[in-house]
Amino acid sequence: MTFKSRILNQDEVRRALIRIAHEVIEKNKGTDRLCFVGIHTRGISLAKRLVELVERFEGKRVPMGILDITLYRDDLSEIGLQPKVRETRIPFDINGKAVVLVDDVLYTGRTARAALDALIDQGRPSRIYLAVLVDRGHRELPIRADFVGKNLPTSRAEVVKVKTQEDDGEDAVELWEVP
Amino acid sequence: MSFPKHLLDFQGWSRAQIESLLETARLMQEVLARPVKKVPALTGFTVATVFFEPSTRTRISFELAARRMSADVVSFAGATSSTAKGETYRDTLRTLDQMGIDAYILRTDAAGVPHQAHRWLKKPVINAGDGWRAHPTQALLDAFTLLERLGSLEGKKIAIVGDILHSRVARSNAELLPRLGAQVVACGPATLLPAHLPGASLTTRLQEALEEADAVMVLRLQKERMDRGLLPSIPEYIAGYQLTEARLAWAKPEAPLLHPGPMNRDVELEGTLADSTRSLVERQVANGQAVRMAVLYHVLVGKQ
Repeated sequence: MTFKSRILNQDEVRRALIRIAHEVIEKNKGTDRLCFVGIHTRGISLAKRLVELVERFEGKRVPMGILDITLYRDDLSEIGLQPKVRETRIPFDINGKAVVLVDDVLYTGRTARAALDALIDQGRPSRIYLAVLVDRGHRELPIRADFVGKNLPTSRAEVVKVKTQEDDGEDAVELWEVP
Repeated sequence: MSFPKHLLDFQGWSRAQIESLLETARLMQEVLARPVKKVPALTGFTVATVFFEPSTRTRISFELAARRMSADVVSFAGATSSTAKGETYRDTLRTLDQMGIDAYILRTDAAGVPHQAHRWLKKPVINAGDGWRAHPTQALLDAFTLLERLGSLEGKKIAIVGDILHSRVARSNAELLPRLGAQVVACGPATLLPAHLPGASLTTRLQEALEEADAVMVLRLQKERMDRGLLPSIPEYIAGYQLTEARLAWAKPEAPLLHPGPMNRDVELEGTLADSTRSLVERQVANGQAVRMAVLYHVLVGKQ
């Protein structure tokens, strides 16, 4: 895989998250009944940042959960190596809540679809939003994000890598090409 | 990581694969704690429970595990089927195989049939107990329950007490627990001990087995053993080997008590012990479902 370019650096990732946090507060008219659920792996790190930013802006800590979508994937009978099941932990009642699902990249929409199914099995939120750091297009399902850090038109031969301080030691969005 | 596409015993399963499977079982507990205890992971798969030997808890546990993962389940009981009319295991299984079964959960009173079935069918086969030989999912749920209580099995002494000779549970535990770092001591009257049990040391002295034990597993005493002259009498077995409060005191304080069931209360153990806070018997049953969900996931999902 060949490195092509750095799309967002640390400051740009920070600014994108600040903007998303403001947009979430704005759209939800505050933090009442608001909560965040991060999708493994980098969605969790991004959701944590958004929770901290919302607390900084509004003075209120909103609850956060983590979601693994492995058992909800629609390709489990076709894949080669078996995906590892990871932890799902939503330690609060999501019934009637406005849930912001957080992921790093929105691509085909299949992960978001699986996350919706996984979340709905946990309860009945009043509203589900989708927040992503990068929307790279190529949707295979009728799904769109409510909050986007960066819209990035890509080709299918390209790979978008989101790096976070917690998972990779730095914050960045990079574009790579598969030969 | 890829996983063997069958579970006949623990041959072919590395320690890392077993630990990963037990970790998946821990995550399956979260699914079982939800209001909707179901995930779509095995949608489209059809699983058959083929029990040529009677069973209640193992069969129901497997069937619920498969349904919790959204698999379709068909249930086959040998006593009420064409095998009762003389059909062979092979023909019965090959007949079922024409109906689009994706995986077989097989119990037989004859050792080795699951191995044969795996060759005949070329499909995932999970051994739910074959003769005296192996009962791997019982050993996995025992290990899982022990890990839940003890944290780690590294260097832990696990005593297995009872009819070791006829016990597939003892054999599978002796195969599995040492792989996770435990030391297994099997204890029973000389007539109910095999000459050699791979993975375990053997003793007829109960105190020796229980001293410093971190956990004690008691096995069912099968009354038919008496008819075959392997035991003089039940009272004599009770006098020498029944697990009592006083004898459990030989083990480490708070050492938990396990039993694969069904129990003969006041035969192999004092009935009150089975209901004590040290008893993990009910926890074993609850954990069985999560462990079997994990086994089905690892055996069915992904290609080798």
